[in-house]
Amino acid sequence: MTNTEVNTVMKFRTFKRHFKVGLKNIWRNGWMTVASIGAVTTTLILVGSFLALMMNLNQVAKNLEEDVEIKTFIELTASQEEVDALEDQIKAMPEVSSVTFSSKEEELNNLIESMGEEGSSLELFEQDNPLNDVYVVKTEDPLETVNVANKINKLDSVFKVNYGEEVVQKLFTFNKYSRNIGLVLIIGLVFTAIFLISNTIKLTIMARRKEIGIMKLVGATNSFIRWPFFVEGLLLGVLGTVIPITVVIAGYYYLDKNVNDLITMNFVELLPFNPFAWQLSLLILAIGAFIGVWGSVMSVRKFLKV
Amino acid sequence: MIDMQGVYKKYPNGVTALNGVDVTIEQGEFVYIVGPSGAGKSTFIKLIFREVKPTNGKVVVNNVNLQKVKEKRIPHIRRDIGVVYQDFKLLPKLTVFENIAFALEVIEETPKNIRRRVMEVLDLVGLKNKARFIPDELSGGEQQRVSIARAIVNHPKLVIADEPTGNLDPDTSWGIMNILEEINARGTTIIMATHSKEIVNTVKKRVIAIEGGLIVRDEHRGEYGYEV
Repeated sequence: MTNTEVNTVMKFRTFKRHFKVGLKNIWRNGWMTVASIGAVTTTLILVGSFLALMMNLNQVAKNLEEDVEIKTFIELTASQEEVDALEDQIKAMPEVSSVTFSSKEEELNNLIESMGEEGSSLELFEQDNPLNDVYVVKTEDPLETVNVANKINKLDSVFKVNYGEEVVQKLFTFNKYSRNIGLVLIIGLVFTAIFLISNTIKLTIMARRKEIGIMKLVGATNSFIRWPFFVEGLLLGVLGTVIPITVVIAGYYYLDKNVNDLITMNFVELLPFNPFAWQLSLLILAIGAFIGVWGSVMSVRKFLKV
Repeated sequence: MIDMQGVYKKYPNGVTALNGVDVTIEQGEFVYIVGPSGAGKSTFIKLIFREVKPTNGKVVVNNVNLQKVKEKRIPHIRRDIGVVYQDFKLLPKLTVFENIAFALEVIEETPKNIRRRVMEVLDLVGLKNKARFIPDELSGGEQQRVSIARAIVNHPKLVIADEPTGNLDPDTSWGIMNILEEINARGTTIIMATHSKEIVNTVKKRVIAIEGGLIVRDEHRGEYGYEV
């Protein structure tokens, strides 16, 4: 007899056995299985909808932030060399991502176009353009806008800078808070889900603590006992994502079809159904699998000391 | 096979269960452990199985010093010892077949060998036709036979039985004794704690009597020695 040899690598047939037993346990636990899957389902619908909302809001915020640019008005008296030197100085700043020159003629055209019908009256100014040449500066990170604008303002040949101070400041503060609050809420939701599910699973395992004790007395190692629970938790978690994923995909498909027509503001745009809905589904699947396994393995750990 | 030297066991609640036990049991023996309730019989048996650890003293089973053995090795040591309990300790949701097969799945036997060996022991204990039943559908004696089958399916060198007939009627008890004797005849060491005067005095074997945590008597072909 060589039963006492320690086998560290699981044989494939043992893996198959664990999978089979895990499946059987799901079936044998009946209502407890339904309860666990129900807990996963409910929380993941919440988490999923919230994630969809947060990710879209985040996208809107990002679009708004990306529209932020610094207009650097160049002194009318500046010579060509000074103008070139200014461009080099701005480009030399590490936070700056792009610098575009826009002549006063282009600026006037933009202005006329943006005003539509009324703009035609401005065409008079084409002969004697009162506007400045402009460098349009974009920053790598929109949050650096204020900082960069102040730095540019101190350079020579700069008449003034304009980035819509008031609005930009408020926008950034708003975005910062809403992002943080969203993150906290999502983390909170995920933890509630884990707690809820591990509790439900704990109940099913509690009922089996005596069985776990018997298994240990018959010579089962901890991992031998744990594996079927791992499989069971994984399956519970994954089964619990079926409805949430359906809801998210169907709901998002509906929104995608209808909402974009309703909202005409060009910065408010839903993330495209493909790939966003699929990415979100994958994320929900991963969260479901994780909380299932985590809840199950954590609960069984307690009863393994016999 | 089993060697205990100066074994002393005190539980955390202050109860001293064993108070210096020295004993040697050879391979192939059949030993009754007798004595009043609370005398230390169960502790004596649990020590062999490493369900409890001695507070002091040396316990060697199958050439393994159980005091020095690492926690991780314990399941592997238990696989060489079959245990039969008074309350059977069968897994309630598994069939008779699955209960016995569990002891073989643990050692990663092939499904083919598992089938063959489980059917062999079921034949030995006379329950071949009940393989698909779950424990609740069996009588007490049948359940005990299943637990014996599980204990011996691994071909362990040692079988420990803690009052295996404690919950059974006399007729059924004799059936269990026959099975245990047959296993013993094949060379397996058997240690059996019992309160049955009738069995001990009829099927004569070595008797170790434990009282107050001490071995007070150890005789071959002994008598039960207590009035019931």
